[in-house]
Amino acid sequence: MTAAGLIFSNIHDQSVPQMTATRTMASLPFGGRYRLVDFALSNMVNSGITKVGIVTHNNYRSLMDHIGTGKDWDLARRGGGVIILPPFVTAYENPRAGKLYTTRLEALIGVMEFIKHCSEDAIVLSDCDAICNINLSKILEEHEQDGADLTIVTKQINLGSMEPSPGNSIIYADEDGNVTDFVEHTKLLRGEHDVSTNIMVFSRTFLITLLLDALAHGYTSFYKQALSSSMGSACIRIYRHDGYFSKIDSLSSFYRANIDLLHTHTRDALFNVKDRPVYTKVRNSPPTRYGSGAVIANALIADGCRIDGTVVNSILFRGVQVRRGTVVKNSVLLQDSITGENVTLNCVIADKNVMIRDARTLAGHESLPFYISKGKMI
Amino acid sequence: MFKKKECVAMLLAGGQGSRLYALTQQVAKPAVPFGGKYRIIDFPLSNCTNSGIDTVGVLTQYQPLVLNDYIGNGLPWDLDRAYGGVKILPPYQGQHSRDWYKGTAHAIYQNMRFIDQFDPEYVLILSGDHIYKMDYSKRLRFHKNRGADCTIAVIDVPIEEASRFGIMTIDWEQRITKFAEKPEKPESTKASMGIYIFNRKKLYEYLTKDAKDPASDNDFGKNIIPAMLTAGEKMMAFQFDGYWKDVGTITSLWEANMDLLGQRPVFSLEDDAWRVFTRHDPLPPQFIGDSAKIKNSIITEGCEIYGTVENAVLFPSVRVMPGAVVRDTVVMDGTVIEEDAWVEYSILDSNVHLGAGAHIGGTRDSGNGLTVIGEGIAIGDQKMVEAGTMLPDLR
Repeated sequence: MTAAGLIFSNIHDQSVPQMTATRTMASLPFGGRYRLVDFALSNMVNSGITKVGIVTHNNYRSLMDHIGTGKDWDLARRGGGVIILPPFVTAYENPRAGKLYTTRLEALIGVMEFIKHCSEDAIVLSDCDAICNINLSKILEEHEQDGADLTIVTKQINLGSMEPSPGNSIIYADEDGNVTDFVEHTKLLRGEHDVSTNIMVFSRTFLITLLLDALAHGYTSFYKQALSSSMGSACIRIYRHDGYFSKIDSLSSFYRANIDLLHTHTRDALFNVKDRPVYTKVRNSPPTRYGSGAVIANALIADGCRIDGTVVNSILFRGVQVRRGTVVKNSVLLQDSITGENVTLNCVIADKNVMIRDARTLAGHESLPFYISKGKMI
Repeated sequence: MFKKKECVAMLLAGGQGSRLYALTQQVAKPAVPFGGKYRIIDFPLSNCTNSGIDTVGVLTQYQPLVLNDYIGNGLPWDLDRAYGGVKILPPYQGQHSRDWYKGTAHAIYQNMRFIDQFDPEYVLILSGDHIYKMDYSKRLRFHKNRGADCTIAVIDVPIEEASRFGIMTIDWEQRITKFAEKPEKPESTKASMGIYIFNRKKLYEYLTKDAKDPASDNDFGKNIIPAMLTAGEKMMAFQFDGYWKDVGTITSLWEANMDLLGQRPVFSLEDDAWRVFTRHDPLPPQFIGDSAKIKNSIITEGCEIYGTVENAVLFPSVRVMPGAVVRDTVVMDGTVIEEDAWVEYSILDSNVHLGAGAHIGGTRDSGNGLTVIGEGIAIGDQKMVEAGTMLPDLR
């Protein structure tokens, strides 16, 4: 079964407003050298998908900069590769003129042309706030065997552990794996539930029918209206992902997901899966240089850093500098941020190009990390 | 032909690097790893890219598999071009001749038709044996301004080492008056770096003459340069003052790696305006465990460090397990150093496995020399390898 991919770069942007004010969710930096879109893209590339459209909304300059021609994902292809789909806004007189999409369904309708022009049997949808390394070929195989119109990938999560959010769709299915209901995540729900990862496999013809039907009925909601109305007639299946899965839906979950990489089992589940590496833009940074005063314990450090101080339980992105006498603890320092001498940081997220001058002390808490915005000097 | 190039670079990458012994068993010298994530050939290739030279012919001969695969379509160096870019040029069978490259000059002679495709005014000859950063465009400007037929890059070397090089005597306007290949009694300290810029027509004239001479070694240093000088062609020297290292021996390779360390490294790769490009594997950032001790080292992607690393250069995906000690050592990609193993003053090639408690090499001060463990060799638990050993020993 052949498949093309469709990645939503902006869905749920508002959940980490501090960091996505100037960038898309897709270009949110993660794990020392990645951006969130790398996981969605790599999952597709590793499953043999060579045509991927990226649906954009606004502020997608950083995303375009990151993707470039798609070479780094081997997606610089003739007749496919990675295609940025700019937001579709009609300029002519009608009630929707000049308005950008606000829901997943509207976004899909906006890229109908892309979907129609694909010749592949299936379309794999993915969001960018979902971090996992998943074998999509296996899901495509099951999708085909089941003769499904739609297969939704879910993760069983204890709802007590997460904040209720309208962004989380809870899926109910019968014993055979046929989906029976969709509900929104509210406070009333407790215990283990299948939460949609928003990774799903559509038969392309079914997706087009669904979108045309939604257009005719004036639906705006993907799960509650479009999918619910087709539940009786279509074959909608569930696929339970049992591997690592992490969702970025707040600044503190961004922080936790990063710090989580200090666990060997998390890194193994994400980065050390055989034949499924995670690709990212190559920056040609030199190796990281450790000075004679460096003290490092439990840290994930990208290339191009220069470290002369102490780094404990932290994630350092490319080109970070930690100078003499400085102590960085439980922190996430994004690309090219620089700490001066004798600085103390605890539970800090420093965005790109932050400069922290000598002898500053900054601290947050695990549940409320201290965030320093892009390019700030302190 | 729709676009001519002003200058085409020809990179001589067929060298065996026989004095690197175990390290060049499977690969040509230009493909030998260097500096944590690079190979030697990354330096001339990146210099070309950074100097705006986008057409490079790479002449291969000895063990070309790894090199061919590594260069591929030239993407990492931005040399995957619709017109020009990097091209691998192996020896071939012609209608009248079927030879391996007999010497550096013969290699270029065989590929004159490749150069002709781009109709360049100038040909830049490079070798894939040295570590340095150089702006070739400055050299080309110099060559043009002086109206030279050939410009040779020179560097000052210590007089006691001068007899290993081609040594030039130059006059007040930097014109070369004398050239002696590996002289016993050197007259100056100006050594040829093996980087030549020729006017194409002049180059062809001498290459063709040289190819007809059965007594010739077909070598630039031994034949072409002396012949041009004798004939009175305008030969200029261009002084280079930066870092330049011939990594032709295991000791010099080790030293060049160590030059990247320190508070102010002798040779820095951290210049954003002059990046050294290399082919990357998709690897996660390095992980440093809580039992690790790291001092004065460079470490790169995919490494996992739980032991002690001091004065070391670590390549991608090296694992140093708890209790292990790595000191004054170059460790190439994929090598695993198990618990409590100890290695000092050594070069470990790719995918070496040191068993738990193994003991490799000795201190640098002991004077027993570098220890070298060749690609893929496994050293058993508790085994000892004496300082100065080379495995396999090809000396």
